[in-house]
Amino acid sequence: MEFFRIKRDIPFMRHALILNAVSFITFAAAVFFLFSRGLNLSVEFTGGTLMEVSYSQPADLNAIRNTTASLGLSDVQVQNFGSARDVLIRLPVQKGVSSAQQGDRVMAALKAADSGATMRRIEFVGPQVGDELAIDGIKALAFVIAGIMIYLALRFEWKFAVAAIIANLHDVIIILGFFAFFQWEFSLAVLAAVLAVLGYSVNESVVIFDRIRENFRRYRKMNSQEIIDSAITSTISRTIITHGSTQLMVVSMLLFGGATLHYFAMALTIGILFGIYSSVFVAAAIAMWLGIKREDLIKGGPKKDEDPNDPNAGAIV
Amino acid sequence: MNRYPIWKYAIILIALVLGAVYTLPNFFGEAPAVQVSSAKVTVKVDSSTLARVEETLKTAGIAANQITLDAMSIKARFDNTELQLRAKDAIQKALIPDASNPGYVVALNLISRSPAWLTSLHAFPMYLGLDLRGGVHFMLQVDMQAALTKKAESLAGDIRTSLREKNVRHGGISRDGQLIEIRFRDAQTLAAAKLIIQDDFADLQTLDAPAGTEFKLTASIKPEAARRVQDQSLKQNITTLHNRINELGVSEPVIQQQGLDRIVVQLPGVQDTAKAKDILGRTATLEVRMVDESAEARAAESGTAAVPFGSERFLERNGQPVIVKKQVILTGENLTDAQPGFDNQTQEAVVNLTLDAKGSRIFRDVTRESIGKRMAILLFEKGKGEVVTAPVIRSEIGGGRVQISGRMTTMEANDTALLLRAGSLAAPMDIIEEKTIGPSLGAENIAKGFSSVTWGFVAVAIFMCFYYMLFGVFSSVALGVNLLLLVAMLSMLQATLTLPGMAAMALVLGMAIDANVLINERVREELRSGASAQAAIHTGYDRAWATILDSNITTLIAGIALLAFGSGPVRGFAVVHVLGILTSMFSSVFFSRGLVNLWYGRQKKLKSVSIGTIWRPESGTEIKPN
Repeated sequence: MEFFRIKRDIPFMRHALILNAVSFITFAAAVFFLFSRGLNLSVEFTGGTLMEVSYSQPADLNAIRNTTASLGLSDVQVQNFGSARDVLIRLPVQKGVSSAQQGDRVMAALKAADSGATMRRIEFVGPQVGDELAIDGIKALAFVIAGIMIYLALRFEWKFAVAAIIANLHDVIIILGFFAFFQWEFSLAVLAAVLAVLGYSVNESVVIFDRIRENFRRYRKMNSQEIIDSAITSTISRTIITHGSTQLMVVSMLLFGGATLHYFAMALTIGILFGIYSSVFVAAAIAMWLGIKREDLIKGGPKKDEDPNDPNAGAIV
Repeated sequence: MNRYPIWKYAIILIALVLGAVYTLPNFFGEAPAVQVSSAKVTVKVDSSTLARVEETLKTAGIAANQITLDAMSIKARFDNTELQLRAKDAIQKALIPDASNPGYVVALNLISRSPAWLTSLHAFPMYLGLDLRGGVHFMLQVDMQAALTKKAESLAGDIRTSLREKNVRHGGISRDGQLIEIRFRDAQTLAAAKLIIQDDFADLQTLDAPAGTEFKLTASIKPEAARRVQDQSLKQNITTLHNRINELGVSEPVIQQQGLDRIVVQLPGVQDTAKAKDILGRTATLEVRMVDESAEARAAESGTAAVPFGSERFLERNGQPVIVKKQVILTGENLTDAQPGFDNQTQEAVVNLTLDAKGSRIFRDVTRESIGKRMAILLFEKGKGEVVTAPVIRSEIGGGRVQISGRMTTMEANDTALLLRAGSLAAPMDIIEEKTIGPSLGAENIAKGFSSVTWGFVAVAIFMCFYYMLFGVFSSVALGVNLLLLVAMLSMLQATLTLPGMAAMALVLGMAIDANVLINERVREELRSGASAQAAIHTGYDRAWATILDSNITTLIAGIALLAFGSGPVRGFAVVHVLGILTSMFSSVFFSRGLVNLWYGRQKKLKSVSIGTIWRPESGTEIKPN
């Protein structure tokens, strides 16, 4: 089997402007929704109580709302979770009330209203923990960005580092944009998925950059644009197959992982799909516009190019 | 060229055997068991306890599969839950004659069914997190400011006593937050007091008030002393929590320090959060009372008469009854510290108590009046008292430093000091995070995580086999080995496996196949450009390696960031993620190459390799840039 029967290099970079316009519009939309709607942060970040209650019959959400209202709790969110019989209840942090006890009180009231109610899980997070988690998340993101940039700058050149990180941050923003637009719950697990995607899709850019360097060495007559086109064309089959395999795993998680892993798998799906697009087209185009030249990557005379034992030779895929 | 030396195959074989052995315990499942552990510091679980448990089971006619004794507990394994419940009742009856005063915790537990030879190799099943097995998780924040304020209060009292003893007249000692302010009439006394504080109170640093009409000395706790106080408070709180949780009968509680001022408590299998919270938040109290030594009391002690009016009967730890007066002399509030030590002259093991100023004043007065009499130190928990020790007063004790001695072993002195200290929390604590996961949800999460991994694996393997034929089979086998090694590593390290961890397992498998796709594509490309079969395999593997390394390093950077900054679920994800990347480098490159070498390496005149279609744009030409 062979999916990719490509006869000549596809002139991707001729359409660089259109490709970048598309990503810029998606990016702008994502930023817009992030600001206008904001992320629907889970209790892990905001603090509060989260309860998952299971009923023997499909649950009556209104009855549950009435029960919680009768306890004098305000801003209670009640929604189905996974199936009609499972209900997720969110209680915000309330000043003056020892929130740790809140969950037990609500559970007792729900049991009194319907004896079929069973507690599946209760999570209570104090407000100070939430703030710390948000700060730790930002620190982790900064660490990943810095680490990857330093690595790429050492391995290639600063223009590549800048191009790769812009392309992949644009993925992160787009994932966040989806979460803001659909108001999906943004939890710690989703944050982990976002960071994993960042590390994963950078390696895509690395493969292409490796090939660009290789081509600069091999084809001395081509200009930068042709070299990039050739590099993308020759790696596209590998890119799509590996992302496809990873996506197969993630789809399996989406189908079988249940409600708890749903948004985690969702973030990975979006990240992988946009990861292909951005690392292939956006990163290369930005690198082109930053003006990568043969001299940036190949130091020394032309003799070195033929040296088969050149330790700096890029990997070839 | 495609041959491995013997030692490389040996490495592969060793890795596979180790992987298989350490993965094996996960397949045996769990058997119902009864676990006996100590409920008190003073009660030890040892071989004599083991003998008692064995004896009990034998007389009750209950057959245990295996009874093991480890550092902390005795575990007896049974065939079914019915036997387990009967055994628990029998053991409870034998070991705990008085239900209101348990010396042991007898709890139901599940232990691995894996055979003894695996256990002796330290091969255990993966350690499942609370979200997979159900239970309660608490994070408690210790109020360190309160601990420091308490310390400052007791130091203020000590200064007062010390100045009086040395006849330095002061104009009042007050505590403002964590600062101690002492006023004086003149500069001379101020200087004298300052000298005393510098000599006697190593934990304090002093500051003169700005030169003016007032003679004031401000003492504050030194930063390093403050750190020590915080450290001690945290440790003491953890000890106290341990003692309390023992009562819940939890088989494997986890009580850990997190950061500088937090404690994490995990109680697997506990569903009753209300009770757990009640027990964690309870305060134990310490009381000092006089022993009633009247004739009636003596008679009551031996059980021949009623307890006299105004007195109560308590038991000592060894079961000896003591009749104690109801009047309370001191409470635990006045006790600032209890440490084991040795007497300077007799070299006997002793316990040194430190009382605060109010406590030492009362203690001095009481001891002056009751030389030769006995004094009892009682610990109350859940409204139930126990005499910790009842020593005879030898002389008047002033200065707030009390030594308890009397035929104690070093061990007993340690335990008594611990009991006295652990009776109360050093600093108040708040629950800042709480999670309860029902047992059905835990089991469901395992099933979901398991099927995600299985179906993802099957889908990827099928695709690889179709697309790359025999090389796809090698890749799938390598992926299977990756999973085996990952599970073995997790079991070996006993890292906590959570649901996000299982998700990471699936994700890592998806990413690990990347390396094999890189290799296979590269081999195809070599074949396309007309290389011989053996040469194509060789260069394919060699050239793909640098790219694989690069891509894994960027993924590792992200994984390490998650490990460093993540907490809870993120950490669980990161551990598996990072381990998976490391094992994948071994399995998808080193191991899969081994398979390929074994299959193709020996054929000298290899014509073709089974790696799927090698498509050429036009026969004989290679792909060319336009």
